[in-house]
Amino acid sequence: MAARALINVPPTAKRGEIVVIKALISHEMESGFRPNAVGQLIPRNIIKEFVCTYNGVEVFRAEFFSAISANPFLSFTTVATESGTVTMTWKGDNGFFATESVAIAVE
Amino acid sequence: MTDHKPMVTTRRRFLLGAAGVAGGAALMTLLPAGRAGATPAAMQAAIKAVIGSAPMREGRVKIELPPLVENGNAVPLSIAVESPMTDADHVKAIHIFTEKNPQPNVASFHLGPRAGTANIATRMRLADTQFVVAVAEMSDGSFWRDEIEVVVTLAACLEES
Repeated sequence: MAARALINVPPTAKRGEIVVIKALISHEMESGFRPNAVGQLIPRNIIKEFVCTYNGVEVFRAEFFSAISANPFLSFTTVATESGTVTMTWKGDNGFFATESVAIAVE
Repeated sequence: MTDHKPMVTTRRRFLLGAAGVAGGAALMTLLPAGRAGATPAAMQAAIKAVIGSAPMREGRVKIELPPLVENGNAVPLSIAVESPMTDADHVKAIHIFTEKNPQPNVASFHLGPRAGTANIATRMRLADTQFVVAVAEMSDGSFWRDEIEVVVTLAACLEES
């Protein structure tokens, strides 16, 4: 199942400006603590790691546990240092992997 | 509006803790094994695993959640840490913990001077009325905490799909 990700990075920024980055991805985040109809626990299936890189340099990383809601949302900031690419990747259980990139122009 | 709570047992917290223990004991008899869940002690252990023997201080961190939550499945949460975010003095990590979810860990965020500010928002699950704790790790090795009590009317996590 291809995950749908929405990311929001300002397309342009002034050098040194602090920009807000938002990332949302579709994922059930099955906690592993819920029983199914016959009382057995549904196996855990969550996103465990989110990484944001700016021109290849890691600027933000998050580790998720079962307590993060379905369709995980994140908002954080970074300093617009230079024009380039902001890349976000999500990794999780059962080999889950998703990545999104967006260009940012810094003047 | 910064009320720094001293880390002593107030009457309210004692009663909450006692109620939690009694409720937990009742649940244990009703539920099958393997649903023990986190306790305030488990949360303390999880925090200990992160900070080691370093001292923890109140302040600099501010965690915000709605005080009353109708649906614990997606509760907005934001964390802000006072820091200049320079190479010499910045926030290295922020960890979120809960008292009564099935597991004490919620999330860990790793950041640095490239973040510019330490303002993070996400959405979390809450299985019960409880305290949520944020711990910030600074580049000088100090740890700072804040906590907030959230009342939950419909719990997340445990109902059937």
